[in-house]
Amino acid sequence: MMLTLRAKRFVWVALGIVTLSVAVALVLRAFNSNLVFFFTPTEVSQNKAPKDRTFRIGGLVTEGSVQRKPDGLTVAFTVTDTIQSIPVRYTGILPDLFKEGKGVVAQGRMGGDGVFTASEVLAKHDENYMPPEAAEALKRAGHPIEGKVFAGQKPVVTQAGK
Amino acid sequence: MSLFKYSAPSSFYPLAGKLVPWFGVLAFLLAVGGLYLGLFVAPEDYQQGEVYRIIFIHVPSAWMGMFIYLVMAMYAVLALVYQTRLSAMMMEALAPTGMMFTALALWTGALWGKPTWGTYWAFDARMTSTLILLFLYVGYLALMNAIEDKKRADKAGALLVLVGSINVPIIYFSVKWWNTLHQGASVSLTQGNKMAATMLAGMLVMALACWMYSLAVSLCRVRAIILEREPHAAWVKHIREVQA
Repeated sequence: MMLTLRAKRFVWVALGIVTLSVAVALVLRAFNSNLVFFFTPTEVSQNKAPKDRTFRIGGLVTEGSVQRKPDGLTVAFTVTDTIQSIPVRYTGILPDLFKEGKGVVAQGRMGGDGVFTASEVLAKHDENYMPPEAAEALKRAGHPIEGKVFAGQKPVVTQAGK
Repeated sequence: MSLFKYSAPSSFYPLAGKLVPWFGVLAFLLAVGGLYLGLFVAPEDYQQGEVYRIIFIHVPSAWMGMFIYLVMAMYAVLALVYQTRLSAMMMEALAPTGMMFTALALWTGALWGKPTWGTYWAFDARMTSTLILLFLYVGYLALMNAIEDKKRADKAGALLVLVGSINVPIIYFSVKWWNTLHQGASVSLTQGNKMAATMLAGMLVMALACWMYSLAVSLCRVRAIILEREPHAAWVKHIREVQA
């Protein structure tokens, strides 16, 4: 079969794109764990989080778990992905959107006592945008705005095969 | 075929000239309408209050930054395979606008991130890949300006854009594939939208405004590039702007 010069160039370009895509896909697969911005409490309980260095945990602030210490700056709360939860202690200023039942990402270190000591706490916003009245109406109608897991989190799966 | 007629700079130049004012006027009208919807009609958000209104700039900019890069990648294929002169010129005309929108998305995102997340910047997958997109735009423009011979510059630029285009799906799906600080998509073709109707309307009108703006400025720019690159072409001597 004879290919015209143009068709030949097209084949080269197409081959290049395919090769490159495969290469990038493999690289991304290999680096998968390093691309994770935070670990979920379930992953931490499965020992997937680093033990000897700082990392981030992400999840929902458990309803009713926030306790402010007498010094006014230290806060204790638990972070949950509705399956596992981890107690967190943090001294510092919390972002405005930090709230019970809302998403949070905390950076810090796991203590020997199982308490995560955070050096930075960020609010994790979800993708729902609506006026306050609509949110109120949804709540009255019994619709959970957040859904089962918090926004942006991958579905919780027990990765037995991996 | 008549469509290919416009792949020749001599016939594309006057066509672009006729289209620019239309796209420009549309961009202006849509931007006024979109900003009115976004800033005055749309209600405040139940969690963020007024801060969320940055999305009327932020989201259209981010979309535009990614989309322009994909259009450039398409032109890169045309430039490499068909070696049409106009494709390479369109790439050069689109790049500054794509770069501007990407920078705007990063900047507005940082301004929004501070009050919402509590930080201007975090190296999560979404933000890092968007920063890489900005570098790709900068790199492309630098490359085009660094190589004296335009033919060789076009080839190198097209290759860079093609290789970099793999980054666009990574940006788009990053919030799905990995745990990121950035929230998932509020608007998607497969999962419906998670926004109130007026908010969404404002955002989509602003997105259209950005499209029209991008068309207007890049067509304007490509006309200048055509004249710059082919000043001695016979047809150029006969156009009014040059004679004047």
